[in-house]
Amino acid sequence: MGMTVVEKILARAAGLPSVKAGDVVEPRVDLAMSHENAALVMNQFQEVYEGTGREAKPWDASKIAIILDHRVPAESPKTATNQKKIRGFVVKHNIAKFHDVRGDQGGICHQILPENGYVRPGAVIVGTDSHTTSHGALGAFSFGIGATEMASVWALGAAVNVEVPATIKVVVSGKFGKHVEPKDLILHLIGKLTAQGANFRVIEFHGETIRNMSTSGRLVLCNMSVEAGATSGIVPADAETERYLRDEAGVKDKLNPVQPDADAVYERVVEIDVSKLAPQIACPHTVDNVKPVTEVAGKRVQQIVIGSCTNGRLDDLATAANILRGKKVADGTRMLVFPASWRIYLQAMEKGYVKDFVTAGAVVMNPGCGPCLGVHQGALGDDEVALATTNRNFKGRMGNPKSEVHLCSPAVAAASAITGVITDPRQGAN
Amino acid sequence: MGKVVLKLGADISTDDIYPGRYMATVLPTETPQYCFFDRTEFNAKLRAKEIPDGSVIVAEHNFGCGSSREQAVSTLKGYNPLIVAKSISRIFLQNSINLGLNIIICPTIVAELGHEVEVQGGKVVNKTTGTSFAIEALPAARQAIIDAGGLIPYTRKRVMAGA
Ligand code: SF4
Repeated sequence: MGMTVVEKILARAAGLPSVKAGDVVEPRVDLAMSHENAALVMNQFQEVYEGTGREAKPWDASKIAIILDHRVPAESPKTATNQKKIRGFVVKHNIAKFHDVRGDQGGICHQILPENGYVRPGAVIVGTDSHTTSHGALGAFSFGIGATEMASVWALGAAVNVEVPATIKVVVSGKFGKHVEPKDLILHLIGKLTAQGANFRVIEFHGETIRNMSTSGRLVLCNMSVEAGATSGIVPADAETERYLRDEAGVKDKLNPVQPDADAVYERVVEIDVSKLAPQIACPHTVDNVKPVTEVAGKRVQQIVIGSCTNGRLDDLATAANILRGKKVADGTRMLVFPASWRIYLQAMEKGYVKDFVTAGAVVMNPGCGPCLGVHQGALGDDEVALATTNRNFKGRMGNPKSEVHLCSPAVAAASAITGVITDPRQGAN
Repeated sequence: MGKVVLKLGADISTDDIYPGRYMATVLPTETPQYCFFDRTEFNAKLRAKEIPDGSVIVAEHNFGCGSSREQAVSTLKGYNPLIVAKSISRIFLQNSINLGLNIIICPTIVAELGHEVEVQGGKVVNKTTGTSFAIEALPAARQAIIDAGGLIPYTRKRVMAGA
């Protein structure tokens, strides 16, 4: 019987000739990523060794990546102390894939991993972050786990009790219209599948539209697959994957892309034609509450956020800058821009986007998670409405349970910044 | 046996269970104070210890969706509830098994606030209405972690066995 991409990856990583959906396997892990929650992983890791008389030492420090991104620079003494402890651990165990709060190496973990060439097709990647699904964009099987499970991975080098997920095949055709982007596609898909429609499943992306899509766009799709509950999203590696890894991530060594068998078994097949797709918006307070932007156009917005691991890449900033150039952010609306990494920040400076944003009235913030999870930057006031290119609109997500978050593409966000109300970029400010 | 003390809808997120703004707090000894923090009344009852161990939380589908933050499990664990949900989001379910939170998948559960609920041999029994509902079993391999008392003792054993 044929295998899907993830079945093939898991079979190899578990040392089995074949696996099928529903099997429980123990794959070797190629990359184990954590962010600030490494502080909790360290605590749990130490506990594993409690009373054993053995020293707590990770199985392979070269396969551990730690990126400080969630609360940078630290918003509180507590976070600063956690980050300090993490630095101590990194030095003690010689963890090279460490990205500190620094302009020459920092950013959001889901951008740092791809842009530094840590993600390879065919790899098994785990991360203590639900959006670890992102790295499926480069043909890896990449999924989120909790801190205790990560401690177990650090000890054993494998993920225990992994259920081989069933796969939903999504075939995308057609050409995006003007101001319609991968973000609109994934919002539309989540609306269709619902927030739990892909729970315990993988979404495998196929079709001409995906083949023509940049890695940046694919990262958007895989990043948000978890919002339909998916264990991971995955795009089988192709020429674009190789181009990205060679040209943008500087990878030199041999790649081992994995393709699905022609007779692979899928739980279901979903077909989407994007040629007629309109800009989409996810309304509060669930990500599957998706509508065409036109249905909520005109609603007042107090805060626009462009950035995050979903849409904080150079093409996203380019889209927004092109719409904003020479215009002004509306009175009564604040606009925050936070690029996904410092590398992107520098590129955006060179291209003049940072200047476009600042002169339009936006606040350009340091790369990191920033307002996305509502800890220390860009919190909302009571009854305020935000429009964000991030990935979650749960109640309280931007720090205030009495506020509203809507999710959209960079084009919708930028067009709405100019008008101060939710705006379809096809009619709006451009 | 325990009383239903909280009845929840579908898609209860980890931000609801444990708001992101308290994520700098990580230790299981410190997380319980923020449990369902924005459900102010319920949180106050929890902290005032008005909710006895073994009390029941009933939820619709997709409980625990969202982030992988383990605080969302450790915060609940601090009060030892029984959680009965129609379905559970993958990472939250795995975290619950790993930390030993008492959580059950019961796709047909019907129970209202104040009902007395008990788990009896593969079923959830609503003592107040006299109805029982089948529990969805976990894959056998997952049981090994539960039997070991959680993922830490399980991994410890594996480390000692040299594998
Ligand atoms: S930007 Fe937001 S979604 Fe992405 S890793 Fe940071 S907190 Fe998570």
